[in-house]
Amino acid sequence: MPAVVRGALNLAALALAVIVLVALPDLVEVFDLMQITLFAAMGVLALSLGFIWGFGGILSFGQTAFFGIGGYTYAVAAINLGDSTGAIALAICVPAIVAGMIGYFAFYGRISDVYLGVITLTVTLILFDAVNSTAGDEYRIGKAALGGFNGMPSVPTFNLPGDPSTVLDPTQGWYATGGALIVVYGLLRLILGSRFGRIAVAVRENEVRASLLGYDPRIIRLAVFVIGGAIAGLGGALYTNWGAFVSPTIFSLSLSAEIIIWITVGGLGTLIGPVIGCFLIQYLTSQIGSQQTFNSNLILGAILIAFVLLLPKGLIPTLRDLVMKAARALPRRGTAIEASEKLVGAK
Amino acid sequence: MAEPVPLLRTKNLTMRFGGVVASNNVDFTLGEVELRCLIGPNGAGKSTFFKMLTGQLVPSSGTIAFRGRPIAGAASHEIARLGIGIKTQVPNVFNGLPVRENIWLAARRRNTPTQTKRLVDEVLHKIRLTERANELVGYLSHGQRQWVEIGTVLAGEPELILLDEPAAGMTDEETVRTAEIIREINTTRALIVVEHDMQFIKMIAKTVTVFHQGQILMEDTIDVVMRDQRVRDVYLGKRIAA
Amino acid sequence: MELAIIIALDVLNGAASLVLLCLGLAVIFGMMRIINLAHGEFVMLGAYATVISANAGVNIWIAMLVVAPVFVGIVGIIVERCLIRFLYGRLVDTMLATWGLSLFIIGLVTTVYGNTIKGVPTPLGGFSIGAYRSSYYTLFLVAMALLLLALIYAVLRYTRFGLISRATMQNPGMAAALGISPSRVYMATFGIGAAITGLAGGLLAPVSGVVPTMGAAYVAKAFITVVGGGSAIIAGTASASMLFGFINQIGAYFTTPVFGEVTLFLSAIILIRLLPQGISGRFFKRNL
Repeated sequence: MPAVVRGALNLAALALAVIVLVALPDLVEVFDLMQITLFAAMGVLALSLGFIWGFGGILSFGQTAFFGIGGYTYAVAAINLGDSTGAIALAICVPAIVAGMIGYFAFYGRISDVYLGVITLTVTLILFDAVNSTAGDEYRIGKAALGGFNGMPSVPTFNLPGDPSTVLDPTQGWYATGGALIVVYGLLRLILGSRFGRIAVAVRENEVRASLLGYDPRIIRLAVFVIGGAIAGLGGALYTNWGAFVSPTIFSLSLSAEIIIWITVGGLGTLIGPVIGCFLIQYLTSQIGSQQTFNSNLILGAILIAFVLLLPKGLIPTLRDLVMKAARALPRRGTAIEASEKLVGAK
Repeated sequence: MAEPVPLLRTKNLTMRFGGVVASNNVDFTLGEVELRCLIGPNGAGKSTFFKMLTGQLVPSSGTIAFRGRPIAGAASHEIARLGIGIKTQVPNVFNGLPVRENIWLAARRRNTPTQTKRLVDEVLHKIRLTERANELVGYLSHGQRQWVEIGTVLAGEPELILLDEPAAGMTDEETVRTAEIIREINTTRALIVVEHDMQFIKMIAKTVTVFHQGQILMEDTIDVVMRDQRVRDVYLGKRIAA
Repeated sequence: MELAIIIALDVLNGAASLVLLCLGLAVIFGMMRIINLAHGEFVMLGAYATVISANAGVNIWIAMLVVAPVFVGIVGIIVERCLIRFLYGRLVDTMLATWGLSLFIIGLVTTVYGNTIKGVPTPLGGFSIGAYRSSYYTLFLVAMALLLLALIYAVLRYTRFGLISRATMQNPGMAAALGISPSRVYMATFGIGAAITGLAGGLLAPVSGVVPTMGAAYVAKAFITVVGGGSAIIAGTASASMLFGFINQIGAYFTTPVFGEVTLFLSAIILIRLLPQGISGRFFKRNL
């Protein structure tokens, strides 16, 4: 696809997303809006793994570790600070720092693929265990009691930046969450188009060649992983804000599994795929939950198996391939598109 | 005046894999802007030698000096930044990326965006892939992928270029073109070329180093090497002089 | 002194449980280079097979030692034929598919049997050492773990099947050229790995809470131990299980059980950092 077309498509998609963001509160009931707000918070989480897995080649089985750290950091900071602005910033920074430490440990120790999966998974389990056992009153950070398996109730939700007395209503909460999703998406697009992003993709494609060209794969991977951690942390803050509540289940393995399903369904190696997969699967599970006829694990499991076996590329790449094929087949009937493509190619 | 520091010098370079000695006390010296061919039967240690030079293998013992600077055991990307580029034996390119992106990645490390663009266009022209610049490398023929890899090496503008079997899998026409490119590069930069194809060696070679069982068997001009009985014995049955 | 014996028993018990839990996964990982993330659910199925047949009147020992492994072994063969065989050589895809399978099995069991099921009592009684109590079943588990290790070693080392499967794992193309069908070997290996896992589930059924989601607690531990142990099935599993079982129990004894688990996980991370190829990749290269 020529770069001009690609750029135009991206802009169009961005415009569409902003329109949806603005118009949605007028179109749906408050209950549905809340539901979609949750989807959007999870969408940010989906983007974080979609980025590091799809573009950095790093499969983390524990992306929820950063999501959970973000959620807890937000809760603790918001309770202590009484203002959400700084809490959100911390919820991005702390997971990024943790990701930096884990990433340094792993990538500079030449640990790869399965072993990295084990490490991320293990970190999540440790966090789950550790946070679960903080039920006693002695486990406090400042004013915030961690609450162990009971979680932390009544976490202050987002307020207008710098104005703790004005708490966002559900519509404004949607603007903040949906807006964050769009901003993160846009930022990742920019990163991928930058020199750094292109090198990151090169490292994923062929680590040996990248290092023979003089790029240090370790620092590139580390940076990708840290960005992913920061985004997951933001997702955690959005999630905690949504329910005004956070509990150790945020670190659960089943959530880690679900992110991987979102990406497999939506399409690895794209940014929009994970978001679409996330919305689809969450919608599906919420429907299953309300109908009570099927067990959601049963359906999710079947979907994941079906996609791995039958549609391993996922929805978006498969659709894109179909469209490209169709676009290539059409001009044979004598339109000018093919000729112009040739011209572009020859230049 | 002291002896000038050579571009590359290895001393007692040794690589053992378990009980196998793939490289045994190799003392090798290469001057500035020199073109050297390495020959030797399969398993003679040529590729191992290259891997040690580029940091893909850490030598068991011995030293490597690049312009007097020790590089044995340094990471691949550090060595690449010092100015050693390699085309490996099996095409080692970014198969999932377009030709232009492959070259761009190599060129961009040292250059501004504008310089990079000019350099990429230049290299694409040199490897004759301008027409196919937007195709994914994975879809190209073996010979063309070899060129893409040579292109990425060129775009990195290294001082020393290592080519491991650059003509393998190429058509005759492509081989001739590759020899042309190599001679062209050699006007400004040093190269070490590993090849089996003696026709190809004859097209480019001045000095030839013969590897055998991990050691340097001899080092001389192409004509002397090809007349040497030991070299013939080493290749036993292989047609050296065509 | 009595306390020391009890702690030693706890350590042995922890290590034995890990060995039982990991062996099936280790056989599959070591021989086929695939990671079965539905491993925990195989354990769960073994436990369910035991509990359901025992509650239906089958002798508890038969339910544990026969029904569980046979049932899960058959499940394993079905899974290999319908799912795994399409994914050989694609490590990540196998992990994804088996993760899907894990969810699917949890959902299926929940749909059929609900969220809880009546358990079985622990057979054999207890005994006292001074002021402390322990059960004979603990000793039985340790014995079973040793027996299984010995059995698998013997099968791989001395039988024709062991030779054939080791050859196939080394070089499937060459084995096929010698007239062995790699597909059948893979199927049998996966089935055996599953059966061992089912047996573990059966043996652990009396001492653990049997619920559809019980596998989640096991799969991570088993996964970590197997990867920590490296590719040598017997040496790797045994050494990693001993090490992690020891750390877990000692940590649990001096702090809390939860913290014991945390120390296990931490030590696993450090182990992988120090020995990226696992224990056996470093120390038992030529072993089984």
